Amino acid sequence: MIPAGSAAKNGSPPPGHDAGERPPVLEIRDLSIVYRAGAADVKAVDHVDLALAPGETVGLAGESGSGKSTLALGACRLLRPPAVITGGSVIYRGSRVAKGGVEILEESSRDLRKLRWREISIVFQSAMNALNPVLRIRDQLGDVLDAHLDLRREEKRERLAMLLDLVGIPRERLRSYPHELSGGMRQRVMIAMALAVDPEVVIMDEPTTALDVVVQREILAQIVELQQRLHFAVLFITHDLSLLLEIADRIAIMYAGRLLEVGTAEQIHNHPAHPYTRGLLESFPSVHGARRTLAGIPGSPPDLRSLPPGCPFIPRCRYAAEPCRSVDMRVLPVTGSADGHFCACPFAASHAAAPSPHRRASSGAAAPPLGGSS
Amino acid sequence: MSASATVTDVLPAAAERGPLVLEAHALSKEFRLSRGRHGNVLSAAREVSFGLYRSAVVALVGESGSGKSTVARMLAGQERPTRGQILLDGAEIRPWTHGTFRAYKGDVQMVFQDPFASLNSVHTVRYTLRRPVRLHQRAKGKEAVAVELERLLERVRLTPPEQFLAKYPHELSGGQRQRVAIARALAARPRVLLADEPVSMLDVSIRLEVLDLIDELRSQFELAVLYVTHDIASARYFADDTLVMYAGEIVERGPSEDLTQRPAHPYTQLLLAAAPDPDRLGNPIEVEVARGEVRRAGSALANTVGCRFAPRCPFAVERCRAESPPLRRINSQRAAACWRLDVAAPDLVSETGEERSPPMKT
Repeated sequence: MIPAGSAAKNGSPPPGHDAGERPPVLEIRDLSIVYRAGAADVKAVDHVDLALAPGETVGLAGESGSGKSTLALGACRLLRPPAVITGGSVIYRGSRVAKGGVEILEESSRDLRKLRWREISIVFQSAMNALNPVLRIRDQLGDVLDAHLDLRREEKRERLAMLLDLVGIPRERLRSYPHELSGGMRQRVMIAMALAVDPEVVIMDEPTTALDVVVQREILAQIVELQQRLHFAVLFITHDLSLLLEIADRIAIMYAGRLLEVGTAEQIHNHPAHPYTRGLLESFPSVHGARRTLAGIPGSPPDLRSLPPGCPFIPRCRYAAEPCRSVDMRVLPVTGSADGHFCACPFAASHAAAPSPHRRASSGAAAPPLGGSS
Repeated sequence: MSASATVTDVLPAAAERGPLVLEAHALSKEFRLSRGRHGNVLSAAREVSFGLYRSAVVALVGESGSGKSTVARMLAGQERPTRGQILLDGAEIRPWTHGTFRAYKGDVQMVFQDPFASLNSVHTVRYTLRRPVRLHQRAKGKEAVAVELERLLERVRLTPPEQFLAKYPHELSGGQRQRVAIARALAARPRVLLADEPVSMLDVSIRLEVLDLIDELRSQFELAVLYVTHDIASARYFADDTLVMYAGEIVERGPSEDLTQRPAHPYTQLLLAAAPDPDRLGNPIEVEVARGEVRRAGSALANTVGCRFAPRCPFAVERCRAESPPLRRINSQRAAACWRLDVAAPDLVSETGEERSPPMKT
């Protein structure tokens, strides 16, 4: 079991930081990334703080264009021009690196290459595109081992087999080409590859989005199980908040390149402090529990090229008021909420105190009898 | 095996809304996978029967490869059924034949999953919408066409229309693009709208709006809507009736609310158990999903014996592997294709025959 939110229980550290006894294994501080586009820069990630405790699962939720993938790729310095990191720091403190940690943004490309995959690996959304179609699974997994470990032939063979065992794929499949595997199996291969050299941080960028619900669930179960066994930390990126509520210890909500809210899954679920978070919670239909009215979020995501000052959510927000136009978009502790809950909304405290859309719905116990009124 | 005969006893909730418009009658589609007389044949759809009713939404739910899109494509006239009939207003129609296709398209329109792929990226919104308006409405003269284009955009809430007419698809967001695709479908003034995963490519916050839009248009134009989706939760909210497909067959059907709250078929149960449940906060993923080997491949082959879900089914017995279960009536509104309903859904079976008032859509 993952201790839900245990990592973020006590203390009142800076926003997005973990407060456990151990320092965060990955710490993103004040990171800003722009896409250079003609005259104006597009601020894809704007002053974002986020930290990952060892063994913790942090969910990063946001719609397309919110900057969630840019943030993750930026943290590994995997971005290509026109993306430019304009400020901030990313510190990695794994057990295999120097005590004080490594500043990823200042590493030489040679040192970075050693760090990537060995310490921080990524599972991309589409396994179809991430795997090389003309190489057997064995060779692709083998490449990772060759690049980072110095193994003898038998050791390598043994490890390859073990990796497939890990993700529940029959060993014979090592000889297969990607097209011979189902979508779920390919995604498992990607997970095996991400875990091949025992990294301490695994970034998962929409790892199950392209898969069927049942397969998605199998893969998630697998990830959770592997995490309990191998104790890596996960940064799980998705647009599906309902999924994160189930699997994440803490959840960060991104919108238009800004962090709007960070909290434990329980806080996000029961005391959403930002109107956008509330909107998201009211956006997805659920098969479980009573039917409830879905309000959704009116309008569409903003154009990052022309963001108004203050909160980027103003045009879609039903609570928008004067203070929102001048608010400095930093996440601050939510007054009245338990520790570890941060939000950028000036009215966070009152939103958090209001009943959650979900709470209200699910407190009605069982579903009403069918054929009922309305 | 004639699944269609038994289904007509079941009264769909959608029929409460309006008369039958379009009907699939025992539609089958087979694809030959390899050459030769003994080559494998995939039956992408097998004996699929259901009706679409005026002003009502019917959802077709299933995973990728279940055949749901094939069914939609056959109804759209884009795929010729191997067997079975399509009936429009009670009369058989063969939309894939040359003379019928265009007239049929005036009645039955489709909206596709990916609005980037379904809109031609080198043409403006004006061009995309003008063609169906000219073809199907026979609007003559620049004036009349221009007025109609603006009306269409207003209907899908792309306002002010003049701002969108000159735009290219890449200048629009995903939600806006899908609205253009919907406007294009409406341009033919259809009576039936086939929506194939219309929101699955859109952001969560946008989905609801697009679904609401389709629902609004449904009631405004009394459209009969087929909503094809992999997301059974959205079917619960959006559709009067839900059909669940597995490996080319309809395995369960019934009013959406009742079906999602009291699933009968083991596959529907699995699908519902796998749906994310935010209220399961903190202790996730204790799914009794048939784990380990996923034996999906090959299950839709035409020569498969027995229930196609049997290899994954926790309730499967000898009979399931030997004999294919027909879609049988459970009560006045529901049916399922399962030999083991007495074990899989004992509560439902015990009340068989009992008349129930239809759950209504809010």
